[in-house]
Amino acid sequence: MSKQRVIPGFGLSMGITIFWLSAIILIPLAALFIKAAGLGPGEWWAILTSPRVFAAAKLTFGASAAAAAVSTVLGLLVAWVLVRYQFPGRKLLDAIVDLPFALPTAVAGITLTAIYAPSGWLGQHLAKWGIQGAYSPTGVFIALTFIGFPFVVRTVQPVMEDLGPELEEASASLGASRWTTFRRVIFPLLVPALVTGFTLAFARAIGEYGSVIFISGNLPMKTEILPLLIVAQLEQFKYEAAAVIASGMLLVSFSLLFLINLLQRRLDWQTR
Amino acid sequence: MAYRPVTTESAPVRWLFIVLAFAILTLFLLLPLAAVFIEAFRRGWEVFTAALTEDAALSAIKLTLLAAAISVPLNTVFGVAAAWLITKFRFKGRAFLLSLIDLPFAVSPVIAGLVFVLMFGAKGWFGPWLIEHDVRIIFALPGIILATVFVTFPFVARELIPLMESQGSDQEEAAVTLGARGWQIFLRVTLPNIKWGLLYGVLLCNARAMGEFGAVSVVSGHIRGKTNTLPLHVEVLYNEYQFSAAFACAALLALLALVTLGLKTAVEHFTGHDSKGRH
Repeated sequence: MSKQRVIPGFGLSMGITIFWLSAIILIPLAALFIKAAGLGPGEWWAILTSPRVFAAAKLTFGASAAAAAVSTVLGLLVAWVLVRYQFPGRKLLDAIVDLPFALPTAVAGITLTAIYAPSGWLGQHLAKWGIQGAYSPTGVFIALTFIGFPFVVRTVQPVMEDLGPELEEASASLGASRWTTFRRVIFPLLVPALVTGFTLAFARAIGEYGSVIFISGNLPMKTEILPLLIVAQLEQFKYEAAAVIASGMLLVSFSLLFLINLLQRRLDWQTR
Repeated sequence: MAYRPVTTESAPVRWLFIVLAFAILTLFLLLPLAAVFIEAFRRGWEVFTAALTEDAALSAIKLTLLAAAISVPLNTVFGVAAAWLITKFRFKGRAFLLSLIDLPFAVSPVIAGLVFVLMFGAKGWFGPWLIEHDVRIIFALPGIILATVFVTFPFVARELIPLMESQGSDQEEAAVTLGARGWQIFLRVTLPNIKWGLLYGVLLCNARAMGEFGAVSVVSGHIRGKTNTLPLHVEVLYNEYQFSAAFACAALLALLALVTLGLKTAVEHFTGHDSKGRH
């Protein structure tokens, strides 16, 4: 570097950051991939396409996508209300949104189970409609929605706050109805944030463990999620199989985040 | 007749949305929170206090506090160093480093535990050496700390980076020209500016450290009274159908979450700064 650094501490902060990042994150993750790479492509294929892994993957990705989609719709509504309207209790409502971030996942897991169990407060009403809350794929979906919902609100909220009134005024003065203005003017500006929120909720949901294992019932082939399957392999000392499933999950999560980065850049550029 | 501004909805629509938002948050967030405390006290105050004062619960609380007391300072030092590096300097690979710091958010807690089992477990890379020298990492405190550090890794850095970025480096540069040294600059110029953000980052990091379940569950071995943290103790009680005791311990953890949220709101009030979009 030819430019003189004015502020001191470059070497020290770089040293601490690289050391801690390598020791805690990079080397352990590399150990995982190396362990998984110890098996050949044939064995990888056999593990990842075994019926139990396939069923767990279907449930994990399916329930995560559904939960992230519902979180996006609910999150958009809640963010809109928090940003646009003044009403008593707004501050409290805003503070509550972060609850799933702060509540330990095991606590979320057992309390959601209590509520949505067939005898629970909400579970008994769902049962009347023929829906089984806890101990079913629906339960997995409920837990993942609980976990993912704040990601959408907290991603969309700052973007909404930054929207000036000018565009909406222009749209209204040109004769557009409120709904048309929302659909054609506001919504397109929120799309990048909504997509980011969806992806964050989805990525978090794929890896979620604590809140799901209590409510899901953990029946192999039926309500078993991928992280639980990893734990099951570990308990049988099948380290390689656990590493392969984990590597597969990580590859999906990392590509998702990579895609969202690309998409974000394109959308940022388009709406600038 | 008063005209409504063109940039808002009609009153009925507005109230419909507000009621819907209240309904969503009550049903999805407040109801589960209330259920924790109601279930915890269902069988009375005595059962509640007994559940929290029995030996296994006390040792779980102690272990949870100990693990957090070690992991949180480590990640605080890292978070401050990383934020300093990212916001005060421009260098090649800076954006890449930033995404690496975020990486743990994309890793399942179970995998965060698994990686350390693969390295230090009996059949892991260093397993034989560790057994030979009688060092226990997995199924012991060091493993719990490693897993906790992994999952709470980005919290402090994530909170500080946007804050320090928005504050710029003018004050620090001025301090340099006045002859201040590195530590003086940090302690007397930077730290007073970032103290609330730092406090909030540490709070979040601590809440997650004390509440972590998946990662710790994989490395702890669930040895009762020895390697069970409070969230793991909740699971053990729950699986033994001791629901009131499980919810009593869960209530303690929920209280931690509420205190964290309360302090967060207080910090935002003090600074007028909203920390949104982060977690």
